[in-house]
Amino acid sequence: MAANQTLQRRQSQLTRGRLPSYAVWVVLAASVVLGAALSALIGFSVVGWAVITAVVFVVTATIVTAVGEGERRAKDRLVTFLVYGAFLLALLPLVSVLWTVLERGIPGLSYNFLFTSMNGVTGAVDNASVENGTPVLGGAYHAVIGTLLITFWATLISVPIGLLTAVYLVEYGQGNRLARAITFFVDVMTGIPSIVAGLFAAALFALLFGPGTRTGFVAAVALSVLMIPVVVRSTEEMLKIVPNELREAAYALGVRKWRTITRVVIPTAISGIASGVTLSIARVIGETAPILVTAGFASSINWNVFSGWMGTLPTFIYYQILTPTSPTAPDPSTQRAWAAALLLILMVMLLNLGARLIASMFAPKTSR
Amino acid sequence: METGRDRPPFTAGTSSDVPSSARTPGRHCIRNDRLEGKDVSTNSLKEPTDRGRAGDKIFSGVSLAAGVLILAVLFSVAVFLLVQAAPTFTADPTEITGGEGFAAYIVPIIIGTVIAATIALVIATPIAIAVALFISHYAPRRLARAFGYVIDLLAAIPSVIYGAWGYIVLAPQLATVYAWLAENLGWIPIFTGPASQTGKTMLTVGIVLAVMVIPIITSLSREIFLQTPSLHEEAALAMGATRWEMVRMAVLPFARPGIISATMLGLGRALGETMAVALVLSPGALVASLVKTGNQTIAAEIALNFPEAFGLRLNELIAAGLVLFVITLIVNMIARFIITRHKEFSGAN
Repeated sequence: MAANQTLQRRQSQLTRGRLPSYAVWVVLAASVVLGAALSALIGFSVVGWAVITAVVFVVTATIVTAVGEGERRAKDRLVTFLVYGAFLLALLPLVSVLWTVLERGIPGLSYNFLFTSMNGVTGAVDNASVENGTPVLGGAYHAVIGTLLITFWATLISVPIGLLTAVYLVEYGQGNRLARAITFFVDVMTGIPSIVAGLFAAALFALLFGPGTRTGFVAAVALSVLMIPVVVRSTEEMLKIVPNELREAAYALGVRKWRTITRVVIPTAISGIASGVTLSIARVIGETAPILVTAGFASSINWNVFSGWMGTLPTFIYYQILTPTSPTAPDPSTQRAWAAALLLILMVMLLNLGARLIASMFAPKTSR
Repeated sequence: METGRDRPPFTAGTSSDVPSSARTPGRHCIRNDRLEGKDVSTNSLKEPTDRGRAGDKIFSGVSLAAGVLILAVLFSVAVFLLVQAAPTFTADPTEITGGEGFAAYIVPIIIGTVIAATIALVIATPIAIAVALFISHYAPRRLARAFGYVIDLLAAIPSVIYGAWGYIVLAPQLATVYAWLAENLGWIPIFTGPASQTGKTMLTVGIVLAVMVIPIITSLSREIFLQTPSLHEEAALAMGATRWEMVRMAVLPFARPGIISATMLGLGRALGETMAVALVLSPGALVASLVKTGNQTIAAEIALNFPEAFGLRLNELIAAGLVLFVITLIVNMIARFIITRHKEFSGAN
């Protein structure tokens, strides 16, 4: 009998001072109704309704909790609401961006857009297509080629340098002064604004080949200034998490250090390294500012990175929006810009997805 | 530094005269003359590995060279910018844009840059940390990974697309808000009217930059939050702490240096962000009001004018770039300093 009483008391102790679980939902429902009513008073709009509902709900639910469960739990609940709210708030612009790009980009994404350049497309052509209602001419073929070539060259420059530097930092430097200096300045380099990287490449090639040298290769150099630190950091992190036991086992078998690195350490970390490299490509493929000051802008196809101006997708978007081909009828230009934006986002998303796939496909088998 | 250890004194005189092919068959048996030496075990183990020495040297040399190259690149960024910017500092003040010398030209756009970055960070930091907490500690476990992926993808959206979005979608919608702000809160200096009709103002720039910075701060802070030792968290919960108290006492102190570095990286991005500002802002002279047309940032100034610039104007813009470079360098160095000072908080090592 006595034992039974204790049991009952314990159970009630566990739930004592707690509001029933439906309390929050009741408050939410009341807030939605109240929000609708209040927003109707000041002129109904969905945004106003959502904002008022959110404020009323958070305040009421916090007060109800404070009264029913005490101050500490109220604070906990308030923070929970704020954290969820922040996430929803952060999603808002992102959904809006993606929606805008999809909504405005899909109409312009035609075969014609993908496989013709802007060569010969003038304001008169755009005016004619608006007046006659014919499809918009001109496309981003030259820009796609430019983007791919420049990114390819940037990758070709950055990956060996970045990879070897990371190897030096983790395997050889091991915290000596040079390694610490490199780590420090790689961190500093991550913070270099992209336009400064562009100016650096422009200034470098201006000194070497005379002012006004603008080619795809200059842009590739600018991009690799941005890319190298990303590659170094991600590779360094990946090499660091390779268990030391693997290295020691290799050394114990008499394997040379460089063989250990190339045959044991790097293969173990290769999935992380590859996905880091892919992510760094995704990062620089959308860079606009450095290309603006290094590769200039072209409206025709240029396959040669070593001579002539080059168009790229980001600069294509920028110029189509800021200086429409036909100032009097900007719609065709805007349409091309959004189609190019959609194309660019697709590229970036694919690269990101690729990075994930690489990471999971080549991941070292840990389960046994 | 490996080479010193690789070649023990004993082998130096005796066995290196023997061609390696002759040695190989006998590598497993201990020869008599070896037993008489002091370094018996070392010798027989080290001997066959002699063959890879060149590879070792080349590999360590090349990786060292790559590391030094990075230092050289950063150094040459400064040098080349300085060389190309030099004519600006010696030029006649009347020839500089604005006609009053370089200082009068650069100071307003430095202030503009700082204002834009400040607005962005004030908006982005709390939201980003909350989002990171949401993903690491609040979201349902099964969905957290997907949410993290979503935020990662957002960090990947190119800046020019954010700029286009701010230009075409956000600014027109904010114009009405600004009109209201100027009308009702006009007595606060930053909301002085008349508000811009197009909404292409500093505040819009700040908001767009905040959107771009949020994913950066979030993804870094999230990584740090996830590294919090679960023993600390469980200890806090076992003492009866609520979830928020656990976060405040275990997660946030652990993550503080990480949050600072994430914020500083965000600041660097916001200071140097070019395309969003170039597209969104309709530039003008420096004004205190954030809802009026005006202000300009260094990066956007360069991007808007560089393609058409020549002669002294080119040097001038490169000088502006140099100033931006120095500012971001200082920000980054301060960040590194803070992080190293707080390193003792990190329990990971």
